Amino acid sequence: MDLRFSADDEAFRAEVRGWLDTQLAGEFRHLRGQGGPGHEHEHLDGRRAWERVLGAAGWIGLGWPRAAGGQGASLLRQVIFHEEYARARGPGRLGHIGEHLLGPTVAAFGTDAQRARVLPPIARGEALWCQGYSEPGAGSDLAGVQTRAELVGRQWRITGQKIWTSHAHIADACFVLCRTDPASSRHQGLSYLLVPMRQAGVTVRPIQQLTGTSEFCEVFFDDARTDADQVVGEIGGGWRVAMATLTFERGASTLGQQIGFAAELDAIIAAARARGADRDAVIRQRLADAWIGLQVMRWNALRMLAHGERGELPREALMTKLSWATWHRTLGELAMDVLGPDAEVTDGAPYQLTTLQQTFLFSRADTIYAGSNEIQKNIIATRALGLPRGA
Amino acid sequence: MRFAFSDEQDQLRRALRRALDDAGGVAAARRAMASEVGHDAALWRVLGRDLGLAGLLAPEALGGAGLGWVEVVAVMEELGAVVAAVPFFATVALAGAALQVAADDAQRRALWPTLARGDATATVAYLAPGADPGADVVGAAARAVDGGHLLSGTLRAVVDGATADLVLVAATDAAGDVALYAVAGDAAGLTRRRVSTMDQTRALAELTLDDVRVAATARLAAGGRDVVARVLDLARIALAAEQLGGAQRCLDLAVDYAKVRHQFGRPIGSFQAVQHACADMFVAVESARSAAYHAGWAADQDLPALAEVAAATSAFCGDAFFRVAGDTIQVHGGIGFTWEHDAHLYFKRARASRALLGAPASQRERVAHHLGLGVEATATAMATAPGT
Repeated sequence: MDLRFSADDEAFRAEVRGWLDTQLAGEFRHLRGQGGPGHEHEHLDGRRAWERVLGAAGWIGLGWPRAAGGQGASLLRQVIFHEEYARARGPGRLGHIGEHLLGPTVAAFGTDAQRARVLPPIARGEALWCQGYSEPGAGSDLAGVQTRAELVGRQWRITGQKIWTSHAHIADACFVLCRTDPASSRHQGLSYLLVPMRQAGVTVRPIQQLTGTSEFCEVFFDDARTDADQVVGEIGGGWRVAMATLTFERGASTLGQQIGFAAELDAIIAAARARGADRDAVIRQRLADAWIGLQVMRWNALRMLAHGERGELPREALMTKLSWATWHRTLGELAMDVLGPDAEVTDGAPYQLTTLQQTFLFSRADTIYAGSNEIQKNIIATRALGLPRGA
Repeated sequence: MRFAFSDEQDQLRRALRRALDDAGGVAAARRAMASEVGHDAALWRVLGRDLGLAGLLAPEALGGAGLGWVEVVAVMEELGAVVAAVPFFATVALAGAALQVAADDAQRRALWPTLARGDATATVAYLAPGADPGADVVGAAARAVDGGHLLSGTLRAVVDGATADLVLVAATDAAGDVALYAVAGDAAGLTRRRVSTMDQTRALAELTLDDVRVAATARLAAGGRDVVARVLDLARIALAAEQLGGAQRCLDLAVDYAKVRHQFGRPIGSFQAVQHACADMFVAVESARSAAYHAGWAADQDLPALAEVAAATSAFCGDAFFRVAGDTIQVHGGIGFTWEHDAHLYFKRARASRALLGAPASQRERVAHHLGLGVEATATAMATAPGT
């Protein structure tokens, strides 16, 4: 049992910290703390430029295999980078979908030509990607995908609708799960296509969320085109590729995310003390419970990561999403109760939410996106506990 | 980074598990429940002497194995899995912690070898009537007299207190200092009464001290002012591991049963309501595991933040075991409500354990205090940024 990072890893941490401190002191100073979940609408131009700075310094693709142009960094080093990035309050990443989801997928399933074409622009921080999975009729049940793609000559023609697509309005391209065999159903007959976003057949419509802001979009494909060689994996084998994409996130960002959570909890604790809400024993109990929950999530994450260093993540990793989403949603509710009557008052008209209001409202999405709490529990029950699938 | 037991620690666990299985597992606890002393003395001879658990924490020079709290955690988890009724917790975790942090070298040499050989048992008595087991310890009253101390008072919920050969009694002296005093189980003026308890797998006693006289050397106060608090925090970590072991076994029972019990023509484990209950139990158990293992490591590192770690771990594992044990009865339905089924043994153990060293609410209050909540504004708040 040894829960410390090695001296080498700590040296790497110092290097990351030094670089971030320097870079976020000058031109990009105003980007600190901007963007991220619930704030994706902030400072888009500056954050795009920032991606290129990250890329030029070699920080993008840290965990990719060397053969794919990455650094082949260990999981712990990736964790350290995320931790330091969060500690420095680096701006919310615009390139993370390309870096963490598409990049490893293309590295694993793509052709040499696809790797050469797709990966370097991601690593340079130039190409921004979005993920075309969910549809109005295919949310938790992703196998219900109906967006069609048909190979006509040397091009795929794509028609259908995707929804809840983060960054679609700024992305250069989208990886789209499409039905390429019209006679197929469910998991068969799907393909994983790379589709340019800037073309006549693609229309993006931001969704105004209950926060009043928009970070998710609807994407309409109306005879959109992409070249025949832009299918990753086999034609008809897209389900396997799409599922693999979801497993590449191996928890590297978890500890970094928790640093953001700790900052939110700090703000709520400070508010409770400043307002005297902590004289209420129930509020004290809830704040202590939130702190304990955050520590436990950290210990969970360290345990998963120490295990993950040696290969596959253990079955306990299946609880990560359920745990943080539930914790964060509860924190949002607690924040409002700490503020009492003032919880209602916004920063201004028409709908300028305070940071804590933003946390409270946006956290309702946490327990829905990327696998709702109910789906997470189904997965735990069947995969971790071996209970029989429901009828 | 390694967040797992070593090969040697795993070997210890396996040997212990085998010994517990050989003794009949939970059946051994049922036998002990019905016995006069309330623990399984024969099983303890096997575990304490043959496996060497009695000397787990004691230094090798004093006849022990010189191991640490990670090993205590591993042992407690295994014991908790079968609600074992043996004096390991009282003798090794409670009294062992006291000897480790509160005793000076001479006191260790005098007291530890007998315990480490498994020739005697020990416990810590600290809870005054009406006191919150999670709050600052007052204990009995100590009065300095020529060449020694006189101890008086009543102490409750003393684990294995009616049978322990050595009782380390917490007491406050005239100056307001709290220390532990080594009292022989058969000391003049000490009255011990085993209490009939709802959880029958852990024997509790009430001790009354009426001017019990001990020598000056019997005062254990080497660790400074907060030494008793530290002893209890170490014991909380051990108890959390026991709670983890019990919770894991409950989850196993519930999941196994949900796979074979059929209603409406299907295993009940195929129903989402049951699946989600089991998934919640899984999250509670695995989180408790991370907390307990981490706490064992933290105890061996002697981290300055050990008090917060112990409070958080105690609150979390206390809640987790109780909830999981309750849900285990629910998943079992009618059979889970019977005396014959083991579910109630875990449920009652979970109830008793979460109160034993301070209820989760009192541990959360300690955490709140550390965060600067509910204290004067001049107190500095602790940063919440998670440390290791």
